[in-house]
Amino acid sequence: MLEILLDATVRAGTPILFATLGAIINERAGIINLGIEGLMLIGALSGFAATFTSGSLLLGVVAAFVAAFIAGSIHAFITVQLRGNQIVSGLALTMFGIGVTALFGRSVVGQTIDGFERHALPLLSKLPFVGKAFFNQNWLIYFSFLLVGLIWFFFYHTRWGLNLRTVGENPAAADACGIAVNRYRFLAVACGSGIVGIGGAYLSLASTPMWIENMTAGRGWIAVALVIFASWSSVRALFGAYLFGGITAMQLRFQAMGTTVSAHVLQMLPYVFTIVVLVISTIRQQKGASQQPGNLGLPYDREDRK
Amino acid sequence: MSLAFRVEKRDQGSALFRSLTIIASVLVALFVAGFLLLAAGVNPATAYLEILREALGSTYGISETLVKATPLIITGLAVSVAFRMQIWNIGAEGQIYMGACGATGVALFSGLDAPLMLPAMFAAAFFAGGLWASVAGLLRARWQVNEVIVTLLMNYIAILLADYLIYGPWKNPDGYNFPLTAQFVDAARLTEYFNTRLHSGFFIALFCALAVYLLMERTIWGYQIKAIGSNPAAARYAGMKTGLAIFLVLALSGAIAGIAGFSEVAGLQHRLQHGLSPGYGYTAIIIAWLARRSALGVIIVSLLMGILLVGGDSLQLSWQLPVAFAYAFQGLILFFLLAGDFFINFRLRWVKEDADA
Repeated sequence: MLEILLDATVRAGTPILFATLGAIINERAGIINLGIEGLMLIGALSGFAATFTSGSLLLGVVAAFVAAFIAGSIHAFITVQLRGNQIVSGLALTMFGIGVTALFGRSVVGQTIDGFERHALPLLSKLPFVGKAFFNQNWLIYFSFLLVGLIWFFFYHTRWGLNLRTVGENPAAADACGIAVNRYRFLAVACGSGIVGIGGAYLSLASTPMWIENMTAGRGWIAVALVIFASWSSVRALFGAYLFGGITAMQLRFQAMGTTVSAHVLQMLPYVFTIVVLVISTIRQQKGASQQPGNLGLPYDREDRK
Repeated sequence: MSLAFRVEKRDQGSALFRSLTIIASVLVALFVAGFLLLAAGVNPATAYLEILREALGSTYGISETLVKATPLIITGLAVSVAFRMQIWNIGAEGQIYMGACGATGVALFSGLDAPLMLPAMFAAAFFAGGLWASVAGLLRARWQVNEVIVTLLMNYIAILLADYLIYGPWKNPDGYNFPLTAQFVDAARLTEYFNTRLHSGFFIALFCALAVYLLMERTIWGYQIKAIGSNPAAARYAGMKTGLAIFLVLALSGAIAGIAGFSEVAGLQHRLQHGLSPGYGYTAIIIAWLARRSALGVIIVSLLMGILLVGGDSLQLSWQLPVAFAYAFQGLILFFLLAGDFFINFRLRWVKEDADA
């Protein structure tokens, strides 16, 4: 029973994990991206459409990354090059994503594909308790584990990662060191968006192998909140996403067991829970040293007086 | 020697220049949206003409435009009040639903009669919307919790709450199990005009605009909102209670959005049902951003958005476009407005650069 719940937790948490990781890369560069919800939808649709036409799941994931990368570049261009308002631009991206996917998704509504299937890893899947839940999953989930480690390594053990963090923390100092602030910011937003797109593709290629209009149902916004819970760390994002996945899994389990509580009330739980987590982590950040990138949300202009 | 361009700061330019930039941004957005329509197999020229004809070509079309503009004006005002303080109320959508729930509760269960019913519904909607938004206000004022995320997540909760009521305790017992509440009695309905769906909610919206204008421009409270919005630190040094002001402004913003919920159920739908608002609360963000600081601007922009929505509805019918397509339009408009802002704040100047410079 507990093993089944843990398995469902990982499966429900993975799309959020990708989205949170992508959002963290954005925010580490100092750019808030509220377009996560729209980017996930763009990733979900383009991933599904690519797999549907080509029959290749890998191509679907690549298409999701590329499409979200391109859509994220709009946000990057407006907020970095044009120094536009990051909140408005992100909201615009979400609206754009919802609308465009509804429009172009019409042609694949009701179609199905062979989605990602479980693939037990030798030895690891035999581990007691955690083996089945974590290592008898699909390739996209294994990729998310790898990505958590890669992003951590990138931030803390590469020069580019250090530069990127500097750009988010203090762009003026980074500029003075000769770091190309705008180039880092643009690429961080675009690549981060691409990863968010893979989270969307998880929904349409693994969770339910079909395209449903607005199938993200607010997961993108939950990811935005989890970034704060994760204090901008990819490893903590893993915990945040699974915490959320656990609530979702439990909620679905309750529904399946046929409780007297209304399904609508149960469906509120993940959102309520996310708000509670957001409040707790915000308060905790204020007490301790905040991990928030120093210049988050502020446009950088070399000519501004500091 | 080579030719390159430099980005230079400039003063914001005249009001005329700014207005022209906004109009140009919207036109470019419509032009780009045309390509989306084209890709979806719809001729954009035909589609745009159809939008105009449907929304403005007949008395009925104009009345429908006003009907759509009504909730947009009210929620646009709601979002713009908070905007003035640099507070983002992205939760107007949920606050509409809560307002509608409050009004519906009174309409179905209070047993009040003609002169008292509508004011009681109005008050319930006002408080329900305000209470809903004040959660985000409290969290923001007390612990600096990001109000964008909280107000947004609460939209999902509000819509689920309304669904819970419609599918559960408030479902019409004689409704053949459809997810609808019972129809309101006549005392709980706003007046309708000219045999159209235009109802007195439109005048409530205009009245709200006047009230918001007076509040912002003629009261100390409005002055404080603007002062805190432009420089929170300075406002605090001047002795203003910024925390309390943040809480109150979000509560007020939610309460105004709640009125839109009242106007929709009492004036238009006469019951609570799923899909009460097709995203008015999100469109309101664009309206507030487009109108910048003016209540009159909110009215004008809402009427324009009303045209787009009425026309969009007819495009859905004639071309089977999805409802959500309107969002793509709105997203594009926002993108180009932001790009337009760049040209208001900066100018590109072509400069000759020496090769060795």
